[in-house]
Amino acid sequence: MALKLADYKTNVHNDWCPGCGDFGILSAIQMSLADLQIPMHKATIFSDIGCSGKTAHFIHSYGIHTLHGRVLAFAQGAKLCNPELNVLAVGGDGGGLGIGAGHFVSAGRRNVDMVYIMFNNAVYGLTKGQAAPTLKLGMKTKSLPQPNVNNSVNPIALALVSGFTFIGRGYSYDVKHLKDLIAKAVQHKGLAFLDVLQPCPTYNDINTKEWFQGVDNMNAETGKQMPRTYKLEETGYDGVVHDEEELNGKMGQVIERSNEWGSKIPLGVFYKNEHIPTYQERITSKIHNYAEWPPSRQSIADENNGPITTIQKLLDTLRADN
Amino acid sequence: MLVGAKNFANSLTWMIGGAQGSGVDSAANIFSRACFQGGLHIFGNREYYSNIKGEHSYFAVRVSEDPIRSHLDDINILVSFDAETIFRHADKVTSGGAIIYDSDLSSTTLQEVPTIDEPAAKRIRELLEKSENPITVNGMVNFAKNNGAVLYDIPYFGILKQFSVEINEPALSKLTRMINVMALSASMAILGFDKEILAKAIKVIFKAKPKIADGNVLAANYAYEYVKSRFDLSQSQFKLSCKPQSADIILVQGNQSSAMGKLVAGCRFQTYYPITPASDDSEFLESNQIVEQTDGKKGSMVVVQTEDEIAAITMAIGGALTGVRSGTATSGPGFSLMAEALGWAGMNEVPLVVSLYQRAGPSTGLPTRHEQADLRFAIHAGHGEFPRIVFASGDIEESFYDSVKAFNFAERYQMPVIHMLDKLIANSVMTCKYFDQSRVAIDRGKLLQILPPSVEVGAAGHYLRFKFEESPVSSRIPLGTENGIFWNSGDEHTEEGHITEDPFIRNKMMDKRLSKLDLALEEISDEDKAVSYGQLDPSLALTVIGWGSTKGAILDALDELALEGKRVHFVQVRLMNPFPTALLERMLFNTKILVDIEMNYSSQLGSLVNQYLHRDSEYRIVKYNGRPMSTSEIYNALMSIINGNAPRRIVLEHGT
Ligand SMILES: Cc1ncc(C[n+]2csc(CCOP(=O)(O)OP(=O)(O)O)c2C)c(N)n1
Ligand code: SF4
Ligand SMILES: [Mg+2]
Repeated sequence: MALKLADYKTNVHNDWCPGCGDFGILSAIQMSLADLQIPMHKATIFSDIGCSGKTAHFIHSYGIHTLHGRVLAFAQGAKLCNPELNVLAVGGDGGGLGIGAGHFVSAGRRNVDMVYIMFNNAVYGLTKGQAAPTLKLGMKTKSLPQPNVNNSVNPIALALVSGFTFIGRGYSYDVKHLKDLIAKAVQHKGLAFLDVLQPCPTYNDINTKEWFQGVDNMNAETGKQMPRTYKLEETGYDGVVHDEEELNGKMGQVIERSNEWGSKIPLGVFYKNEHIPTYQERITSKIHNYAEWPPSRQSIADENNGPITTIQKLLDTLRADN
Repeated sequence: MLVGAKNFANSLTWMIGGAQGSGVDSAANIFSRACFQGGLHIFGNREYYSNIKGEHSYFAVRVSEDPIRSHLDDINILVSFDAETIFRHADKVTSGGAIIYDSDLSSTTLQEVPTIDEPAAKRIRELLEKSENPITVNGMVNFAKNNGAVLYDIPYFGILKQFSVEINEPALSKLTRMINVMALSASMAILGFDKEILAKAIKVIFKAKPKIADGNVLAANYAYEYVKSRFDLSQSQFKLSCKPQSADIILVQGNQSSAMGKLVAGCRFQTYYPITPASDDSEFLESNQIVEQTDGKKGSMVVVQTEDEIAAITMAIGGALTGVRSGTATSGPGFSLMAEALGWAGMNEVPLVVSLYQRAGPSTGLPTRHEQADLRFAIHAGHGEFPRIVFASGDIEESFYDSVKAFNFAERYQMPVIHMLDKLIANSVMTCKYFDQSRVAIDRGKLLQILPPSVEVGAAGHYLRFKFEESPVSSRIPLGTENGIFWNSGDEHTEEGHITEDPFIRNKMMDKRLSKLDLALEEISDEDKAVSYGQLDPSLALTVIGWGSTKGAILDALDELALEGKRVHFVQVRLMNPFPTALLERMLFNTKILVDIEMNYSSQLGSLVNQYLHRDSEYRIVKYNGRPMSTSEIYNALMSIINGNAPRRIVLEHGT
């Protein structure tokens, strides 16, 4: 029986503010799970702390709501022990690039086959709107007493240099585009990062839905409103590293596009490189039967509750007659 | 004063010192291995600075025909090839003991040894000035000679030159790397140790490099013969005679025993961030990650070096959620970083084992030195109230079996277990009974691998991971199990695992989680709670109480006291949380003089006894200078207590 969108929903009361961009991201995740027909029990959503962190409770699959900034470490642990799980990590920009920035960089170096979706609202939502690492220098959202004194980090560029092998950007009000992007990220072999632009109407009065729609961004000639976002794929951009020779060129192109902001904000797949071995492949080079026999599959006791591991050979090397 | 009352034949303390990186460890390993192969028991302890090359390190090995568990203050055989070792240790060599030193360094002055820090230099200078000796190596060995030590001056360079001619190897620099083995071999000649067994031990230690092994055997033989021909050895008081070693004795490094336990326990995922003295545990596992199984299959463990200890513990928790036995190993600074996640594991009832290899704190403290000062911290780490088991091993052998128990407790009670170990255990080596895997049982508690589709569900139609029922321990399923979706949250949660702030559910969940500790206290066997050694002597009515690795020195000191007719009772506490109050009350029932012995400043176990048993210790013996307690120190302290002339708090200060 085919799984329907409704199967991925829980009846947990959703307490996000009306108009929050998180709703669109939640729907997109559920839709992509349905599109991919991933059985509910085969998916695990790991979430950070924050408004975005509540996402796990709204999705009907295994849901692990972790600690602030640590979601990637939790998620990698589960995936490495049970590579059959479809692991999605989700969280805010504060969790991902503030308190958890070290884990972000290190996750890139590992390239564990899973997806990380970062809800980018440029503020710390759940703690009432302080500046997140993605808020631009000098911006003063209504929640801030003073303009932002820190420069912002470029999530796409950071993901690239950290080693993420799939990098994309979505927008929470373009659910259809986002759900396809998520599906691509899930299907990618390696660690995928999605930077999802998410208006927070309560605290961020700068990067609002209207701002992204470009209500203040008129074409001088036509007098028509121009949306700030555009789709990379519609401009003929190709982020896929087809062969390793192309790597430098493709990386440069990612940095270039990731610097676009203001009246031109690219969405879509910035980068995809399947030439880098996944962490699972790296483990397999040391543990040859890892794929068939990962930790979660191994039994450790016999029917009498005796251990089935024997270290006799090891112990024998410690004997005098050895 | 204890001078080895238990002075059996074949019983001595041998020590080698030298700059870090100059082969002190391998020489000591060869010596330990040789004695072990020669049928003897050994206990060896490595002391070193937080430094890679150049600072002073030393390795003391105590040898005996009977099992021994600790070191003594005095040295019988001091082996050196640098000046610093002489300056730092020669005064501790006993009468009749031997000192092997480089005669080319005789005139080296104290000032010429830059690695001797000023406080130590001052003590040495004062010692030599007071005894009217020159402040040189010569002065120091003369001081020792006046104490009765026998001197063996060896011109290493000259011997090397002769040796290079003999083996036709003109590159002297290659040969200087073997001075450590030559020095060791010189001591073996003095001890009359079997040369063949020594050669075998060298080959075992350099097993991976047969060529180097052969070279070292030649060098050892050369030095051995040199000493035999040059000195009159008939006078030397200390001899080691070999016999066959029994097949059920093994020689174990303390940084491997707990890790071996983890393999047997079925731990299949370990994470770590490098830190002394804990990383050896993980590195050993990584080197042995493919394991043999009785069913003929090969098991394996995934070991991940993480970006920090926060990632180490949270990644291990992620692994544990898939039903895999998962652990992480760390020391104080790393454990401090783990506190928040420890609470998450407690809140979400995740079985997890943290091996906490204590070292001297606070902060980075004495990074490579010993202490037991994290007991209170292990019991309380993390905000809020959540259950955890704190379980302390007393020695290398215990740490093997305890590792398995730690995983059993973690799964049975679905909570984090902190397995307390320390620098002394990690950096010592000793002969133990062959580890008996058949004594080990695996208890996975209420872990279900499959769920029937008709599983009982909650109002929302979901499996109840945190079900309220008679037992506070709910059934547990791995992530990915069909029919069994659940949620976890560090927020207070419902039976399904969804966030709630309901005051009534909050109470029930707190009761559920924390009452698991009562259950653990009920079910955990007495021998895992506390062990009583010897019996209370009604006339003395003196009980020593301690925990962790002071066990060895305490037991050895008690043996020595028994030889003098003083019978002292010892209680080793193993389960530190939940605290085994009732059992300890029984064990201490008739005790009039309670002596608490710990490697920390504030007598942390003593304070727990006070808190739970409402009982003060009459005496507290503490040590916090980073050097482990010796049998000699404990013997002397207890003797002064028995003689009624001890202060209530005795601070032990021995150590170099
Ligand atoms: C260690 C720790 N520090 C601080 C907090 C408080 N805290 C809760 S949510 C949050 C910020 C969330 O911001 P972000 O990650 O951007 O998520 P959002 O709410 O915007 O979705 C903070 C700082 C915490 N939970 N844990
Ligand atoms: S505070 Fe912002 S991010 Fe949080 S729920 Fe409200 S709108 Fe959404
Ligand atoms: Mg945010």
